[in-house]
Amino acid sequence: MLYREAGDFKTSYTADNQTFPIQFDRVGYWALLAVAVLVVPFIITDYWASSFLVPFLIYAIAALGLNILTGYCGQVSLGTGGFMAVGAYASYKLMTAFPWMDMFTVTILSGFITAAVGAAFGLPSLRIKGFYLAVATLAAQFFLVWMFNKVGWFYNYSASGQINAPERSVFGIIVTGPNTQAWAQYLFCLIFVIALAWIARNLTRGTVGRQWMAIRDMDIAAEIIGVNPLRAKLTAFAVSSFFVGISGALFFTVYLGAVEVGEVYGITKSFLVLFMIIIGGLGSIFGSFAGAAFLVLLPVVLKLVGVDLLGWPTDIVAHLNLVIVGALIIFFLVVEPHGLAQLWRLTKEKLRLWPFPH
Amino acid sequence: MKLGTLTIAAICAAAPAMADLVYPSLSYRTGPYAAGGIPFADGYADYFTLLNERDGGIGGVMTRVLECETGYNTEKGVECYESTKGEGALVYQPLSTGITYQLIPKTAADGIPLHTMGYGRTSAANGSIFNNVFNYPANYWDGASIAVNHLLEENGGDLSGKTIALVYHNSAYGKEPIRTLEELSEKHGFDLSLLAVDHPGQEQKSQWLQIRRERPDYVVMWGWGVMNQVAIQEAANIRFPMENFIGNWWAGSENDVLPVGEAANGYKSLAMHNVGTDFPIYADLNQYVIDAGKAAGNGDQVGTVLYNRGFYAAMLAAEATKKAQEIHGVADITPAMMRDGMEALVVDEALMESLGMPNFGPAFSVSCENHGGSGQAKVQQWDAAAGEWNIITDWIDSDRAVIDPLIAEDSGAYAAENNITPVCG
Repeated sequence: MLYREAGDFKTSYTADNQTFPIQFDRVGYWALLAVAVLVVPFIITDYWASSFLVPFLIYAIAALGLNILTGYCGQVSLGTGGFMAVGAYASYKLMTAFPWMDMFTVTILSGFITAAVGAAFGLPSLRIKGFYLAVATLAAQFFLVWMFNKVGWFYNYSASGQINAPERSVFGIIVTGPNTQAWAQYLFCLIFVIALAWIARNLTRGTVGRQWMAIRDMDIAAEIIGVNPLRAKLTAFAVSSFFVGISGALFFTVYLGAVEVGEVYGITKSFLVLFMIIIGGLGSIFGSFAGAAFLVLLPVVLKLVGVDLLGWPTDIVAHLNLVIVGALIIFFLVVEPHGLAQLWRLTKEKLRLWPFPH
Repeated sequence: MKLGTLTIAAICAAAPAMADLVYPSLSYRTGPYAAGGIPFADGYADYFTLLNERDGGIGGVMTRVLECETGYNTEKGVECYESTKGEGALVYQPLSTGITYQLIPKTAADGIPLHTMGYGRTSAANGSIFNNVFNYPANYWDGASIAVNHLLEENGGDLSGKTIALVYHNSAYGKEPIRTLEELSEKHGFDLSLLAVDHPGQEQKSQWLQIRRERPDYVVMWGWGVMNQVAIQEAANIRFPMENFIGNWWAGSENDVLPVGEAANGYKSLAMHNVGTDFPIYADLNQYVIDAGKAAGNGDQVGTVLYNRGFYAAMLAAEATKKAQEIHGVADITPAMMRDGMEALVVDEALMESLGMPNFGPAFSVSCENHGGSGQAKVQQWDAAAGEWNIITDWIDSDRAVIDPLIAEDSGAYAAENNITPVCG
C-alpha cells in the first residue's frame, strides 16, 4: 500500500537507472534531506550535536570510505585509524601553516593527502590478498600512529605531543574551536556527508565501481575480461583513503578539537569502523550510514536508559555496552551476514507486496 | 565579547536546574585505567556524601555528584561533558590529561571552572591566561623537579655524571615532564634517557632490557593504570634496586605495588597528600557514610592512596564552594562564582585541622596569577611486609627558577595561538 511501484512508469534509461526507482523512496529521500538541512540546524543543541549527530556524520564518511575498499573492492583493511590520523595531521599542518585557508579547502586537501598515502600503502595489495593484506594494512596502522607520535614536525614540536585545532571559519562562520555553534558544526559535516555519499553512490554504479566489484568477486576473471587490477585496486585505495582522510580531518578539527594520536586513532578505531560496515552491510551505501548510526547511538542510548533512567551504576552500563555490541556482532554474522542493509532490503521487498503477498 | 555573552548564556541556561550544588565526576571504572579511576571516584563521591549526611550539604545547599563513565577515552569525555554541563555543573575534574586538553577551550567558552589536580596542562598554572583552569596544589613540572630535588638531596647536592632514565606513558600525560627534566639535566649535569611506553603499557620488555643494558643510576616513571604494575614487575625482574626507582604521584598507589609482592619493597613515589586513614575525619566518614551503607562503589577502597586523592580533590572543591558562597553571599552558587571561590582559595594548616584532616596536604593559596598552588610534594616509600606506604620526607619544594620561565613560555604560546589577553594585574 505504502510502498508500491504501480503507476510509476519509466520511459527512459536515465529514469530506469536512477538511485531510487520507487517514488516513495524518492520522496522519502528528499524529505529526509529537507529535514536534515532545513529543520535540524534550527533545533540542534550542543548535547545533540556532540553526542549523536556530529560523530554519526563523521563516522558515516569513514564507513563509506572503508565500504568502498572492503565492501566494493574486496580489499580488507585494518588501517582505517591510521588513515584517519593522516587526515587529521594533514589538516592540522595546513591549518597552522596557512592560517588564511578556509576549512573546506583544508579538509579537501587533507583528503587528497590521505588518498596519496593510502594509494602508497595500497601497493602491496597487488601481490597479497585476504588475511595477508589485512596484516599489511595493520602495519600501516601501527606505522602511521608511531610516526605521528615520534616525529615532532607533525605536531609542531608541542611539549605534550597533542595537536589542537585553532579557530577557523568558512564564509565568516566559525566551524572549529570552542566557540563554534552546534548548528555550524553540524551543517559543515552534513555538507561533506551529502557530497561524499553522492560521489560514492555514483562511483560505485559506474565503470569504476563495476571494476571494483569485478575484482572483489574474482580477480583473475576480472583481469581476463579486461579490468586492470593495478588501476582498480589503487583507485579503490585512493578513493577510500580520500573519504577516510576527510572523516579523520573532521573528527579532529570539528568534533574533538584536540587529539592524541595513539588514543584517538588507534587500532580500536579501525575495528570500530570495520564493525560499522559489517553490521551495516558490506557493499552498501545505506549500510554505511546504518552501521555508523547503530554504533554511535547504541552506547549513548544504553547510557541514557541505564544510568539516567534506571539509575544503574555507570560501570555496569559500560560493561553491558561491550557485552551487547559483542553479542550483536555475533548475531548479525550468524543471522544476517549482509547486515542492516539487507534487513532494510527485505523489508522493502515485503512492503512492496503488502498487504497482499503471494 | 563573544566569550562573555556565551558565559552569561551558559549561566542562564544552567540557572533553573540549580536546586543543588552539582559536581560532575568524569570517572572511569572500566578499561585499563580503572584501577586508578575507581578509588579516586569513590573518594570524590564519599566526601560529598559525608557533607550531605553530616552537615546537610555546603552552606545549607545539598551537593550532588553526577557520575559519568569515560573509560579514560576522550570521545566519551566530550560526551560526558556535554551531557552534564546543562545540569549546573560547578567544576569539572576529568582525571585525564587527554580529556583536560579537550575541555580547556570548551570550559573557557562555557565559563565553567576546570580543576586538574596534579595533572592536565602544566602551564595552566598561569591563571592570567588560563583564567578558568586550576591545577593546584602541584603540577607535573613541579613533580619532575621534586623527584630530581629528592635525588639531589640523596647525593649530597650533586648529580653530575649520573644517569636518570624516564619511563613514560607515550601520551600527552607522559610527555609533560620531558621539557623540565631536560632543563634540569642541563642545570645539574645528569644524563637523561627517555623510554616511551605505548598505551596501555602492558608491553615493556624492550624498555627494561634497555635499562638493564644501560644501567641508569635512577629510573623516574610517569605511568598510569596497568602500566605501573607492569613496570614495577619488570624492574623487579631485572633486579633494578627499588629504592632508585621513583614514580610520580600517579604511579604510587597500592594497585601498582601489590601485584609485585615482596619484590616491590622499597619502591618510591611522589605524594601530593598524606596517606592512610589516621585522620579524625575518617571517624565521621565511618559513622555517616560507610556504616550507613552509603559508600560509593564497593566501599573497599577507603584509605588507599588514590581514594585519599579523590577525597582531597572533593575537599578542595567543597572549600572553594564555601569561599564562593562567602564572597558572593549566596548559597546556591553558579559556575562563575565557583571560579571566584577557587581563585580566592586559601588552604592553611588551621583550615585542614578544622576539617579533621591535619597536615593532609600542603598549605597553599591561589591567586589570579598563580593557579598552581605551592608546588610541593613529599616522597613516599612502599613497605611490602607491612603492606603500606610510608612518607619518608617533608614537603619538598620544586625549582621555581626553572619551572616559572617554562610556564611563562608555554602559556604565552597558548595565548598567542588563541588570541588571549592576560587578565590579571
